[in-house]
Parts: sequence; structure tokens; C-alpha cells
Amino acid sequence: MATTFQTALQNLRETKVWKSIFRRGPANTNRTRSLAIFGNLFLHWMPVKVREKSLRVRASYYLGSISFLLFIVLFATGILLMFYYHPAAPNAYRDMKDLQFVVSNGVFLRNLHRLAAHLMVFAVFWHMFHVFYRGGYKPPHEFNWVVGVVLLLVTLFLSYTGYLLPWDQLAFWAVTVGTNIISAMPFIGNKVRFLLLGGNIVGENALLRFYVLHVVILPLAAFVLIGIHFWRVQKDGGLTVKPKDEDGKE
Amino acid sequence: MSDATNPSAGSPHVVAAGNSVSRRDFLNEITMGALGIAGLGSVAVSYQYFSPNVLFEPSTTFRAGNPDLYPVHSVTFLQDQQVYIVRMPEGFYAVSAVCTHLGCITQWKPDADMIACPCHGSKFHPDGIKIEGPAPRPLPHFSISLTADGELQIDKLQVIKPSQVLKV
Repeated sequence: MATTFQTALQNLRETKVWKSIFRRGPANTNRTRSLAIFGNLFLHWMPVKVREKSLRVRASYYLGSISFLLFIVLFATGILLMFYYHPAAPNAYRDMKDLQFVVSNGVFLRNLHRLAAHLMVFAVFWHMFHVFYRGGYKPPHEFNWVVGVVLLLVTLFLSYTGYLLPWDQLAFWAVTVGTNIISAMPFIGNKVRFLLLGGNIVGENALLRFYVLHVVILPLAAFVLIGIHFWRVQKDGGLTVKPKDEDGKE
Repeated sequence: MSDATNPSAGSPHVVAAGNSVSRRDFLNEITMGALGIAGLGSVAVSYQYFSPNVLFEPSTTFRAGNPDLYPVHSVTFLQDQQVYIVRMPEGFYAVSAVCTHLGCITQWKPDADMIACPCHGSKFHPDGIKIEGPAPRPLPHFSISLTADGELQIDKLQVIKPSQVLKV
């Protein structure tokens, strides 16, 4: 059974169509396996080889991968939620309630988006602590540590901008309090608050601005930074492997 | 023959050796300068674009009815405007109901004779003076006046000193 499947796959890889898409035949030597990674747009920034120790659970707990997986879940569910959501008052609150009570499987999508968001904040923080306690910020990883800190901030801003979108009392007061914290910045605080809200009160302008930040600007920034982050892991020589990992004692 | 290979030709744009700026450097600096100015300009126009000129927000000036509606020694909360109309023997004043800590709406507690914030526990006297934090400032007083037909009028954009009261 398995051999039949493997033969079929082997034959498929020898076809002209396969070769034209993947630019090579079967990856059966180390060289062609490397080329399979190099020659693929979606994989070329991934490492061709990794140390076995860096794949152990204790080396990373896969926290970065979990954060990325949650980001993909949020991206997919977020796009689906956008099909039913108008970023305007009073539609926003009604659309949120429609998703909960009227739209088929809407409550599932909304809760998946909400829970994945909570989990992503948790996973990103845990990832940061784990990297910190393993010394993952030390040379040559300093730049990637800074990229990671910016990604943590982007995650928090995504969480915060998304918090306003249900347009309920919790959202309103959370953003009222949050933007008043911003206005405590010396000299420019009130101006920054005015620009962020598009006015002096948490109103329709603020809802629209937070929506655009939440669905366009911050996800784009996150995607670019995640790309740099992954690519630098490889360029900086893979995960930090501690001597005790090398000893195999864990 | 080009000027670069013949500095003695005396053309006005050839600079003496040792103080020379090549054509490439000159054009690079001019280009970078122009891009820098354009960049600053785009920051300025973006800032203007993101600052709304017209706001569809509730009016900050409102009428609060006849002064006789408010008995002496009373604190009245106007929910729509988020303002307390306070009448004391010395006169009227209008106190903001928005907590100076983080913008929550405070509540008048007649039993305790104070204004309390439900969010983080700040407390104020009816004249806005802070009893305890975390609020950093007292509640501001708004300009209060009488209209020609004898109604109270409050302007929430004009903050006045607490010593200014309206005598009716």
C-alpha cells in the first residue's frame, strides 16, 4: 500500500508538470533536498539543516511555532469575521450579536478568534521568557531579540485594537482608560490621543481607526516582522543550544 | 577631453583638488536632500490628514434649565452631559463628572457627601477637590452662566477657577 503510494509519488515527481512547478525532480540526495528548500519561495528562508538538539521539546517548547500557528488561526478567522462586520456605530455591536446568535457557526468563529487572541498573547509572553532564560538574546541573536520585542508589542496592539471592535461597554471603557493612559505622555500625549481616536471621544472615528489598524496595518507589520524573525533564526545559526543540551543530559 | 581630466581648463564648475566634490557625490547629496525634504513634507501632510477638521461629536455647550430646579446644598448629576450642577449657599458651579485619573464617570454619593469613582476608587468633595487618589488632579470646574431667558448654560470647553461661582 505504502509502496504503491510511494511509486505513484515518485512517478508524479518525474513528470514535466511537477518539474516545471518545483524546478527539479525528486529530492533524493542531500543536494537536491537542499535545493528543494532554497528553490521554494515559501521555504527558502527556512534552514536546510537543523541540529537534532534544537528540535527537542525542551529547547524551545515550540513556543514560537505555537505563536505563529495561533497568528495563522487569527488571520483565517479574522478574515471570515470581516464578512459580517461593519466598523460603524451602531452596526458594529449588532453585527457582533448577529455573529453570536444568527449567523451559522458565527459564535464558533468569534470564540475561536477571541480565544486564539488570548492564547497568542500568553504564548508570545511565554516564548519571550523562555528565550530570555535560555540566554537567547546574547550575540549573535541581539537583533532578533529586538525584532521579537517589537513583535510582542505588535501582538499587544493587535489585541488592544481588536478589543474595541465589539463596541460594547467593556470595549468602550477599556479604550477610554487606555487612551487616557496615552494622554499622560508628556507634551504630545493629548495630540497622540486625538490622532488615535480621530477626535476627543471614543466615537465612530475611533472605531474605524482601530478597525483599520487591526485588520490592515498591524497584521501587515506582523507578517513582515515574522518573516524577518524566522529568517534571522536561520542566519544567526539556529536556536541557542546550551552545553547541557549537547551533553544529552537535558 | 572632459573637465575631470583637465583641471586647468578653468571651467567654473571644476573645484580645486583637495576640495573637490565629484559630480556623483554632488548629485547624490542633492537627491538625498530632496528626498529628505519630501519625506518631512509627507510626514507633515499625513499629520494634517489624520487630524479631523470637522468632528461629529456632541456639543460642548448646553443648557441646564432654570436655576430654581436646583435646591441649595444640592449636587445634581446630568447623565447626558457628564456634569454635576452643584448649588451651595455661595452660588452655582458646574463640576466635571469625568475622573481625572483615567476618564471613568464618577458617582455622587449623598450619604458620604462625596463624589466617588467606581473604577479605581478616587474620591472627591462636591466642589471637585480631591480627597484621595489615584486621581492626579481635582475635578475641573466648567464655565457656567445665565442666558438672557434665565436658564443655566454650561460650556465644557472653558475650564474656570474653582473660586468662580455663579450667584443667582
